[in-house]
Amino acid sequence: MKKKRSAGRVILYGILCLYAVITLIPFLWALSSSFKPLSEIVSGAITFIPENFTFDNYRQIFIEEELFPRWMFNSVFIATVGTGLNIIFNSMAGYALARLTFPGKKGLFIIILAVLMIPAQVTMIPNYLILREFGWLNSYQGMIVPSMINATFIFMMRQFFVNFPKELEEAAAIDGLSRIGTFFKVVLPLAKPALAAQAIFVFMGFWNDFMRPLIIMTDSSMYTLPLGLNTFKGQFVSYWNYIMAASMVFTLPVLVIYAFFNKYFIKGLSLTGGK
Amino acid sequence: MNRKYSRKKLQEAGQGYFFMSPTLFVLACFILGPIFYAVFLSFHNVRLLGETAYNFVGFANYERVFDDRRALIALWNTFKYVIIVVPSQTILAIILAATLNAGMKGEKFFRIVYFLPTLTSSAVLTLIFMWMYNREGLINFGLESIGLPTYDFIGDPNIALTAIMIMNIWATAPFFMVIYLAALQDIPDSLYEAAELDGAGPIRKFWSITVPHLKPITSFVVIMGIIGTFQLFDQSYIFSGGSGGPDNSTLTVVLLIYQYAFKSLDTMGYATAIAFMLAIVILVATLLQRKFSKEENLY
Repeated sequence: MKKKRSAGRVILYGILCLYAVITLIPFLWALSSSFKPLSEIVSGAITFIPENFTFDNYRQIFIEEELFPRWMFNSVFIATVGTGLNIIFNSMAGYALARLTFPGKKGLFIIILAVLMIPAQVTMIPNYLILREFGWLNSYQGMIVPSMINATFIFMMRQFFVNFPKELEEAAAIDGLSRIGTFFKVVLPLAKPALAAQAIFVFMGFWNDFMRPLIIMTDSSMYTLPLGLNTFKGQFVSYWNYIMAASMVFTLPVLVIYAFFNKYFIKGLSLTGGK
Repeated sequence: MNRKYSRKKLQEAGQGYFFMSPTLFVLACFILGPIFYAVFLSFHNVRLLGETAYNFVGFANYERVFDDRRALIALWNTFKYVIIVVPSQTILAIILAATLNAGMKGEKFFRIVYFLPTLTSSAVLTLIFMWMYNREGLINFGLESIGLPTYDFIGDPNIALTAIMIMNIWATAPFFMVIYLAALQDIPDSLYEAAELDGAGPIRKFWSITVPHLKPITSFVVIMGIIGTFQLFDQSYIFSGGSGGPDNSTLTVVLLIYQYAFKSLDTMGYATAIAFMLAIVILVATLLQRKFSKEENLY
């Protein structure tokens, strides 16, 4: 771009770099602490590069802490299955609302929009009692089934399918595919970008959720990672090296997903961002 | 419309319901049903031990809030939190977005770095900050080394909520920054060029072009911010070990709802009543904000 007012540029870069440092410091500090032995942690010395670099903290949480791998499995299982179901069900609902005619469609669409405005705290307590009645407390389905659809993404998929070219479906129908076959074999594969954006946000929602597992999971073997980390803190009040190692293990998958699907993030943001 | 139920129409209706069936099931069982159930609960005392028993108490649960010292504290804390965090994170997001949008090199790098807190779970962020907020932690070390006073961030009731505020402004602003960035790209360059010809400096351009053009997005960001901040829970729960301490200083409305619903006996109906009141407060705040920004648009 144009070369001008280099002083202004310097200030702008100054702001950007300063904020980058402010953002990075907590993560670097956590990362570095996760590679330090406890003796170095409690010595009170402030160093970003560990003096005695060690993997022991990671070894400890994976091998000595029986429950940690289990929490990890619970988190992965709930987040993956939950995301898979969301992708299919939200798309199906969005497709029906965009393309099919059936009685009550308008009313349903209004209800879905209204649901977006109700804070989770209102349904949280009755949902607990309902899950209790179903015998689903402390279970995977208790976490997954009530969240296997998401009003935000039904709405988003509807907007997507409204603008989706009809000709492809008609061609598939002429080739003899049923409506359901068309949807799964033709429509869904073409909707991949929208599905990817949705998948990332739904996955992060499940992965980072703290409150719902806190209410639903009472048995520590059924905890997900955020809950596990929290009890971990109680158990190892001063073992910040273990806590930071566990935190890093917890954060890594999301970073990997982000690195792979970076562009869909921005797309998803502009789709959900009311633009 | 055709009034006859042709075979094709019936078939399409059937397909429609088939495609909607998972959604209908969850809506009925876990969203709409529970809302009605919540209305019912909020007028009852609920006893869970042994046989579940409901005792009709009318509006007593709603009235109780005004005599409940902890409820008033939670409300006050939440209110303070919203009033400080929402404007701060919005302003920070605009400044970051405008700076990043000025055609700088390495935009992508900064964008990725800034996005880190958005990706990271609230549980991890809170734990990292607790580690840094420690009495002998990184932040106090930093404050000390530049000659500022140090704090007991976690144990001092006067500062604990502020510590959570700082952390959350830091964590949320970049998310809104990304939304602003998309909006900034839609402002035509010609506007800035015209302003430049008229002799406007960068600050003048920011106030006269950027800020007014971002108004609809700002409205959206503020509403999202209000909804999010009123529901603060994870951070204060982890920070205080679920208690809302020290001395109720990090007690928020949602944490109070949680405590009454799941940590004390026979107060589930009361907790539901508070949840409804919170929903109404959020709704009113959102509507007020909307009205406010619409009126401004008229000028």
